Amino acid sequence: MTSWLPFEWIAALRFLREGRMQTIFILTAVAIGVAVIVFMSAMLSSLQANFLKRVLTSQAHIQLVPPDEVARPQRLSTAGSMVAATIQRPTQRTRSIDQWQTFVTMLASWPGIVTVSPTTSASALAIRGAASRSVTLTGIEQDLYFRIVRIPDYIVSGTAQVLTDDILVGTDLARELGVTLRDKIIIRAASGATRTLTITGIFDLGNKGANLRSTFVALRTAQALSDLVGGVTTLDLTVTDIYAAETIARAVQAATGVEADSWIKTNAQFFTAVKAQQSSNTLIRLFVGLSVAFGIASVLVVSVIQRSKDIGILRAMGSSRGQILRLFLLQGGLLGIFGAILGAGVGGAGLVFWHSYMRQADGSEIFSLIFEPSLFIGAVVLAGLTGIAAAAIPALGAARLDPVVAIRG
Amino acid sequence: MADPEPLLRLEGVCKSYGIGTPVPVEVLHDIDLTLQAGEFIALTGASGSGKSTMLNIIGLLDRPTAGRLIIEGRDTSALDDTDVTSLRGHRIGFIFQHHCLISAFTALENVMMPMLVDKAFPSEAMRVRAHELLAKVGLTKWQDNLANNMSGGQQQRVAIARSLAMKPGLILADEPTGNLDSKSADDVFALMREVNQSEKTTFLIVTHNLDLAARTDRIIDMIDGRIVQSSAEAQANAKA
Ligand SMILES: Nc1ncnc2c1ncn2[C@@H]1O[C@H](COP(=O)(O)OP(=O)(O)OP(=O)(O)O)[C@@H](O)[C@H]1O
Ligand SMILES: [Mg+2]
Repeated sequence: MTSWLPFEWIAALRFLREGRMQTIFILTAVAIGVAVIVFMSAMLSSLQANFLKRVLTSQAHIQLVPPDEVARPQRLSTAGSMVAATIQRPTQRTRSIDQWQTFVTMLASWPGIVTVSPTTSASALAIRGAASRSVTLTGIEQDLYFRIVRIPDYIVSGTAQVLTDDILVGTDLARELGVTLRDKIIIRAASGATRTLTITGIFDLGNKGANLRSTFVALRTAQALSDLVGGVTTLDLTVTDIYAAETIARAVQAATGVEADSWIKTNAQFFTAVKAQQSSNTLIRLFVGLSVAFGIASVLVVSVIQRSKDIGILRAMGSSRGQILRLFLLQGGLLGIFGAILGAGVGGAGLVFWHSYMRQADGSEIFSLIFEPSLFIGAVVLAGLTGIAAAAIPALGAARLDPVVAIRG
Repeated sequence: MADPEPLLRLEGVCKSYGIGTPVPVEVLHDIDLTLQAGEFIALTGASGSGKSTMLNIIGLLDRPTAGRLIIEGRDTSALDDTDVTSLRGHRIGFIFQHHCLISAFTALENVMMPMLVDKAFPSEAMRVRAHELLAKVGLTKWQDNLANNMSGGQQQRVAIARSLAMKPGLILADEPTGNLDSKSADDVFALMREVNQSEKTTFLIVTHNLDLAARTDRIIDMIDGRIVQSSAEAQANAKA
């Protein structure tokens, strides 16, 4: 008998040890349930974290864009008459953000905003000989822009340097145009302006569409091509707390009068998906928790019956109802905790195993595993509490046993 | 000269089962009984005569439906469940007929159990006392055996050691030798007598064995829920 454990703990551990088969079976059941939860939760949170990382290293947290142009029909309206009007949406020109330099200064010192990067985007055709592809031309201040989108990390040949006559293209565009590093291509913007640029870097963003359509040039080059000298079409921002992005976006919009879209808003679909996953995850946890609880309860109900003689003897020896109650509550709690420790281990190991088998075609990992200690601690604590709750009814039954009846057997 | 306060008194104790049902049955009728400290008493009677019922009431495992039970001068009818449990744990030891050890524990741990239940945490003092008690019943060598791995006679001797753990004034034994062969029964009975004499502990022993009963100081004989004889005169009858 270990001297630092009180009576209830000693007896609970002994009873569990003596009822070996029951204990092993129910521990296995609890472990399976907890393993499923741990496996699923760790996988989901890893996937989410990886998605977030990908999103947040390839796009701005907040984008300021000029408002859509709307048609404002001029019309005489006389009282009592109705006018039926069909208003056509005007075609959208590339427009600059008014007073963008002022905003850059203002936003640079805005609390919570880290980077402000002005860009000018325009549609253009990339032409090489007879081949042409339509592309999006993004004019960047490279030092600022690369802090938001880490193009240098995605460069597969050349460098991420863009001077006035340079351009960065994606691997797919390079292949379709049949060009390589240092080749020259002609860019013809929608405005009609044309320029010959040298490919100084080729990138792979990991997405065919992006590799085909995205191109990066110096801000001045894009401004010249799109007839927007001195103007920018977008201000890209990053913030310290990514989850505050939407709140900051609203405040920025109110202060500047320029439409500000946060990554949260533009990735609304992602958040919907996460919510759906989380609620189905919660449901699964709930049902696994319930079946664990019923499993523990049923084992303890049987155990109380099997041990009624022991309970009677303990009562005759002077144990209180409270001691008997705690003795059985503890058994429930211990089954939950030990089952959960086993299950967390098995679930974690299963995930590592599964992760080492699931590889992308090129052998790289699909996502990197993230183990949060809180998941494991939470699972063990919750399982312990579930065990105690499940033990409530059998334990009350044990505490209420009439010792005379219990001893007679 | 007034009598010294007896160990225990039953005054007009009745016990009925099935109270509140259409047919309540009274199984103990108006029992008056006094036990003195240090007595070694046999309780005899036919099956169903109410011996166990009376023992359970005396042992505070059950409550009388009428009458009073006074232990060492304290009227127990006024006590609540907690006080009754504590009084039982401290002043009364039990030896039952069979399987009365807790099988998940060793012999030594079984003997420690009443002390552990009382003090919550095990201590070296408890271990030492349990050792002494096991030595007294001659089972030192068996102290680390699980209860299940011992013979019936050995188990009953462990049970005697356990009943002594809290130094109770009274030990109640319900057919402690009922499951034993006559040699073991004899040994167990002799052991109880020895403890009675060395510790001055009162024993009240239910037995069907009249030879054993004859070796006590006094026989209480029951028929149909009444005490019909409680004296040395019964003793003389048994011996005759
Ligand atoms: N819980 C109960 N409900 C109803 N009747 C009971 C109950 N317990 C005991 N009785 C009855 O009370 C009477 C006395 O029983 P008790 O067990 O005290 O007899 P006993 O003298 O110990 O018999 P035995 O020698 O067989 O152990 C019996 O008629 C029994 O049927
Ligand atoms: Mg009986």
